[in-house]
Amino acid sequence: MRKADSRQESILLAATIGSGTLVIGVFFLMLHLGWPLLVSGQFFSLLFQEWRPAEGIYGIYPMLVGSIAISLLALVISLPISLGAAFSATLLAPFWARSFLLLLVRYMAGIPTVVYGFVAVFFLVPFMREHVTGGSGFTILAAAIVLAILISPTMIIFFVNGLNSVSRSHRLAVDALGGRPTQKLLYLLIPQAWPSLAAGTIMGLGRAMGDTLISLMVAGNSIAVPETVTDSARTLTAHIALVIAADFSGMEFMSIFSCGIVLYIFTVLSVGVIRLSTGNKIE
Amino acid sequence: MRWLAERFIIGLSLISTALLFLCVVVVTTSVFWRGLDAYNLQLIFGTVNPLDALLGRKPVFNGLLPALAGTALLVCCALAVATPVGLATGIYLAEYAPSRWRVVLSALFDILAGLPSIVIGLSGFAVTIYLHRLFPGRIGPCLLISALSLGFLVLPYIIRSTQLALESVEPAARLTAPALGATRWQTIRHVLLPASTSRILGGIILAIGRAAEDTAVIMLTGVVASAGLPRSLLEQFEALPFFIYYISSQYSTSDELEMGFAASFLLLLLCGFLFLLAFVFEKFLTRNFSTR
Repeated sequence: MRKADSRQESILLAATIGSGTLVIGVFFLMLHLGWPLLVSGQFFSLLFQEWRPAEGIYGIYPMLVGSIAISLLALVISLPISLGAAFSATLLAPFWARSFLLLLVRYMAGIPTVVYGFVAVFFLVPFMREHVTGGSGFTILAAAIVLAILISPTMIIFFVNGLNSVSRSHRLAVDALGGRPTQKLLYLLIPQAWPSLAAGTIMGLGRAMGDTLISLMVAGNSIAVPETVTDSARTLTAHIALVIAADFSGMEFMSIFSCGIVLYIFTVLSVGVIRLSTGNKIE
Repeated sequence: MRWLAERFIIGLSLISTALLFLCVVVVTTSVFWRGLDAYNLQLIFGTVNPLDALLGRKPVFNGLLPALAGTALLVCCALAVATPVGLATGIYLAEYAPSRWRVVLSALFDILAGLPSIVIGLSGFAVTIYLHRLFPGRIGPCLLISALSLGFLVLPYIIRSTQLALESVEPAARLTAPALGATRWQTIRHVLLPASTSRILGGIILAIGRAAEDTAVIMLTGVVASAGLPRSLLEQFEALPFFIYYISSQYSTSDELEMGFAASFLLLLLCGFLFLLAFVFEKFLTRNFSTR
């Protein structure tokens, strides 16, 4: 190898190491800034306490519950829809409609989060207020519905890739045996592709957990622990945005870094599960 | 029983496809219709003469120009940082990295891709705090910090599309140049990169779309509701997605609300177009040596 060649390699290596370090650096940055609170309040008790700044208690339990409730509900709504759409796009729709459907899904993926939020605030929330939940209309249910629409393209794209990667010779074998498309789907594609179906679901859950704008705009941001889906709730992500907007110093400010740490750890876990279930690679 | 399952699957697919289609149509048309009265030059320039506004002679107070300019500058700066780094990292991962390191590093960038944008915004904010301690009074939340954070946010998109594009080049094309005596870098520079340009471009376009629509990152790193046209990288700025968010909670007149809808439609058009373009680049324009 020539000298000039190794120079290029070291430049590329430097960029790689730099960006890799930044990813780990983000975690330690949050750990460092949240450290005083983590040491004094102990991370785990922080997770199970309520948020009462007036009494000096900065637990993030309500936000944790809010995040989990909203994202799980969104997943429950979105999973059947995404599965159905993915089935259509791979197999069941007429051939010409499949690429149109995929195009539609890409376009959906491109709709900005803030636009979904905006539409929800002025159409879905008043509708919920008048016909379904009553009260202010800013509820877990409303946020979960919007989030379900938001995460469906991610899941559909993942499902479609998984279903399409089932080996061609197996599919031809089903066709040769006279199997109907639905039979091919039920007895070949789904059993073969279930790891990527599972991975796509976790990916959707991750997107729902990580979204800020929808819950900030639609879920109402109450700091009480939610009890039903028609309650208002605050998520970890929205909490970060709200506290920064309100306050710049003190323990309250430090506590948002524990939210950041929880979200980071959640991401690491979900990426780990996805990589294990799909072998090695995402997409 | 099995017959029932098949019927159920068909029903599910039909209903969910229809539902998705309905959602897209409802979101797009409702945004379009509610902003209908606001689509004119006034939307962008307010009550100021367009020429004066563009030349910066008069500030625009009730138009979208500052937000549009802020978003454009923001996206340019973010991409200027993320593109070279992302390309270099993607090339290294695909062509140079030993396989064990490749697994570790791509796991790391998967984590980055999965990190909620608010966490990236939070770390950008944390960096601002440190910088503020180092240079008191000079560096606060500003466009530069936002652009760097956004660049970090979209970095995995560029890395992954570069890596995947290079790895999917036909083995025949990959082996010819080294067989003729080209070095590794010459092969990358003259064969592999040209062969995968359109997929890499697709990734970059996707990154532009993500950078333009993201609100959570800039919310924590320096966007404000009224700052005027961006004057310097070290000042606060306006951006289109934040304007929409701000209007949704703070609007006072129906005109402002209409402007919010119109702004939403602009952003929707921009991002929808970019994502479709990225899809076209990725799927249809890919040069394929094997089919020639």
